[in-house]
Amino acid sequence: MARPPQSVEELIRIYGPTLKYVPPGGWTQSALHAEDKLVKTHCCFCGQQCGIQLRVRHNEVIGFEPWEEFPFNRGMLCPKGVKRYLQGSHPDRLLDPLIRTESGFRKASWDEALQTTAIRLKEIQDRNGADSVAVLGGASLISEKSYLLGKFARIALGTRHIDYNGRLCMVSAGTAYKLALGVDRNPNPWSDIPQAQVVIVAGSNVAECFPITTDYLWRMRDNGGKLIVVDPRRTPITRNADLYLPVKPGMDTALFAGILHVVLREGLEDREFIEHYTTGFDAVADYVKQWDPLRTAEATGVSPQAIEKAALWFGSAENAMALHARGVEHHSHGVENVLSIINLCLATGNIGRPGAGPNMITGQGNGQGGREHGQKCDQLPGQRHIEDPAAREYVAKVWGVDPDSLPHAGLSAMEILEAIHRGEIKGLLSICFNPLVSLPDAGYIREALNKLEFFGVIDFFLSETAHHADVVLAGSLQEEEEGIVCSGEGRVIKINKAVDPPGNARGDSRIIVDLARHLGKGDYFKFPSTREIFNELRVASKGGTADYFGVTWERLEKEMGLFWPVPSEDHPGTPRLFEGGHFKHPDGKAHFLVAEVRPGGDPLDPDYPLYLTTGRVVSQFLSGTQTRRIGPLVDQNPEPRVEIHPELAAKHGIANGDLVTVTSRRASVTLPALVVRTIRPDTVFIPYHWPGRKSANNLTHRTLDPRSKIPEYKCSACRIAKAETPAGMKPNGELNVLGGR
Amino acid sequence: MHGYEFYVDPSRCIGCESCVNACGECGTHRGVSMIHLDFIDREWTTASTPMVCMHCEDPACAQSCPADAIKKGEDGVVRSALKPRCIACSNCALACPFGVPKVKIEMELMMKCDMCYDRTSVGLRPMCATVCPSQALMYVTPAEAARLRRDRPVNTFHFGSQEVKTKVFMYLPQGSDALDVDVVKDMWRPEE
Repeated sequence: MARPPQSVEELIRIYGPTLKYVPPGGWTQSALHAEDKLVKTHCCFCGQQCGIQLRVRHNEVIGFEPWEEFPFNRGMLCPKGVKRYLQGSHPDRLLDPLIRTESGFRKASWDEALQTTAIRLKEIQDRNGADSVAVLGGASLISEKSYLLGKFARIALGTRHIDYNGRLCMVSAGTAYKLALGVDRNPNPWSDIPQAQVVIVAGSNVAECFPITTDYLWRMRDNGGKLIVVDPRRTPITRNADLYLPVKPGMDTALFAGILHVVLREGLEDREFIEHYTTGFDAVADYVKQWDPLRTAEATGVSPQAIEKAALWFGSAENAMALHARGVEHHSHGVENVLSIINLCLATGNIGRPGAGPNMITGQGNGQGGREHGQKCDQLPGQRHIEDPAAREYVAKVWGVDPDSLPHAGLSAMEILEAIHRGEIKGLLSICFNPLVSLPDAGYIREALNKLEFFGVIDFFLSETAHHADVVLAGSLQEEEEGIVCSGEGRVIKINKAVDPPGNARGDSRIIVDLARHLGKGDYFKFPSTREIFNELRVASKGGTADYFGVTWERLEKEMGLFWPVPSEDHPGTPRLFEGGHFKHPDGKAHFLVAEVRPGGDPLDPDYPLYLTTGRVVSQFLSGTQTRRIGPLVDQNPEPRVEIHPELAAKHGIANGDLVTVTSRRASVTLPALVVRTIRPDTVFIPYHWPGRKSANNLTHRTLDPRSKIPEYKCSACRIAKAETPAGMKPNGELNVLGGR
Repeated sequence: MHGYEFYVDPSRCIGCESCVNACGECGTHRGVSMIHLDFIDREWTTASTPMVCMHCEDPACAQSCPADAIKKGEDGVVRSALKPRCIACSNCALACPFGVPKVKIEMELMMKCDMCYDRTSVGLRPMCATVCPSQALMYVTPAEAARLRRDRPVNTFHFGSQEVKTKVFMYLPQGSDALDVDVVKDMWRPEE
């Protein structure tokens, strides 16, 4: 039973989050002494993967210096990037492996920790079969680690259940792009954005989640382009939007059907492109006939005039782009939402040219690269499908195993937790994933974790999920191993090692290799360093969709990254996909697919009459395992607040700062109100970075998109009520509840 | 950096506080951020605005300083108060028409933005303008600014009858009608 050995308060006292403000050596010393070296690398956080130089002194990261030569961000950084260096030399850092006892975690030797993990996982598999153990990975890991983890699960453990937290990020986008265009990669480099005449940003709080993209949008407007923002909230980029469409949560498919309806009614479609380069147009055109502006307005809450205007602008532009992120993807019909955007671009011929195309904005640091090389439940390296016999044969040959011995497709991340809850999966090894904060219906996730017979965690801090671990293997930060990631642009870039792991902590790749050896499969994992892993990855991806064979670490540094596919060492890379109308399906064409408007999984009713939508704030990243330990970032947003429109607040007698209880069909959460006119009155918003009683994911539901298996974070039913401020608590709503920071 | 000028465009600001965090990373005053970032009125809008020292031609802070602690260099950059001279009287903070100087009582010192003198003197751009993700803060040559932006930069300000000329430029928004920022104004609701 993987229950935390101590109370949450006690675990927080020992393992944090502790807020770190000051660099190693203090402010004065660090300013006086020059660094030993400046390491050119990339930010550890989001999919923008900004170039940054880390200042290193005495094997510690003491600060940063902007890296102006890296073309994507040219020195620009968001506050997370500026303060990322404070995750190093952190008092909460795990310096030794830990083993759970009755009264708490104790330090253990590596031999004991690795041996225990291997023996316990093996025992479970011997009793219950290979698939009774699962592996969960993360999209912040460098590609070498993701590749290694996929191989580890399939060869060292022989389980088919390996998936990763990118499953809760943007898989519905990846699925839709594969279905429509034959490849899971965003089509355009970001340098295309300023060349567009119209850019739609749908369901993306660019200013807070991808701040660097803001400059690209503003440059597009300075060039005379128009910005259209689709969001239930007026996020900061909306301050300069030329048109704002306040869509009702969950109604994106209808909105884009309505826009396409007007485009076709006005004859703004690109007939020649449709005829030569696509299939399936007629069915889509037929479907959107019913979505006239008035009906669309009724469904979406966007005015018919605004729908007409968006359609005319997008349809008339010479080059138009549609950027989208989690706002349209986090739905039980996330694939349809994205398909509806792709359909609009295909119908207007906006793809495969500078400044034209649908584009997904990748969320996690290696969100793109982390899903290409084998930690996804249905994929083998090179974005090959695991059920494709040719792919199995090729990869099995690279790995030196019998193709028949390779496990088949396994369960997705959320389904793995459900299988644990049902008792089918009994052992779990997890790295770089904090499902207790990041998966929906946190109460259910906690029950599942408690049921595990064995839970092994590789991590650098003791996350809330790791509280449940039997063994914690003290792993490494991004700046402690050398390798590659693929940014949201599709640009493969080089991550350079700045420092060694502190204390007895070890590089993640070494931990996984050692674990494979303890499982008796060391012969398949002869990797002295990440370089050898990378070289095997290159070969394993060769000939696949995401072909990295021509990528070398040296080229990446020299050429400031390479856009895949890069099939050979003399290949220049592929910054823009689909040029000349060449799509990646066997027929070479793009496929229109009908995106039907479907209801979500947690419908409103009189008891739960409001939409709850969740998302992020600029100073925190995902489940906050790193950013909730960095003082200045916490000070910027000390706790989550519930955004409520004044119309709705007035109905409930709620003033700014009052405590509000938000209740869904699963749980209640009480937080201070942020009363703002920048949100629809039928919708409330809570950022999700916090654990325990402050966790927005106590409220969200487990409905998955049937094809992509992404959870529906962006649309739950809820009600609100003013909560009494408990005696002794500050009236301004500052809360210090369990599981605080 | 010779030939470079500092430009502020409040309309581009997204309130991310990158500048606030980065300012405190500058070598000469590491740990102390001197930039201002204000949310205009969060109930009504997400609009925010950053404020650096405007480096006035005839700086009111220096004029009002009884200790002669605030000096302007030949480069036009108005420096932070000189530590040996400053008496932390706050005259400068009261006199500045832009509300820039911060008086650190615990240090008995006025501190303000000195346009990253330590960085620009060695060919590095100011920290805030380098990192700013929306380039609401920009440090480029005037020719580059003209190429990049369609708005017009100004450096003359009228406070009542007093005219203040500054080294730093501010972009003014293009002529626009009244701005509605309430989501309800954009929503469509069936006739009731």
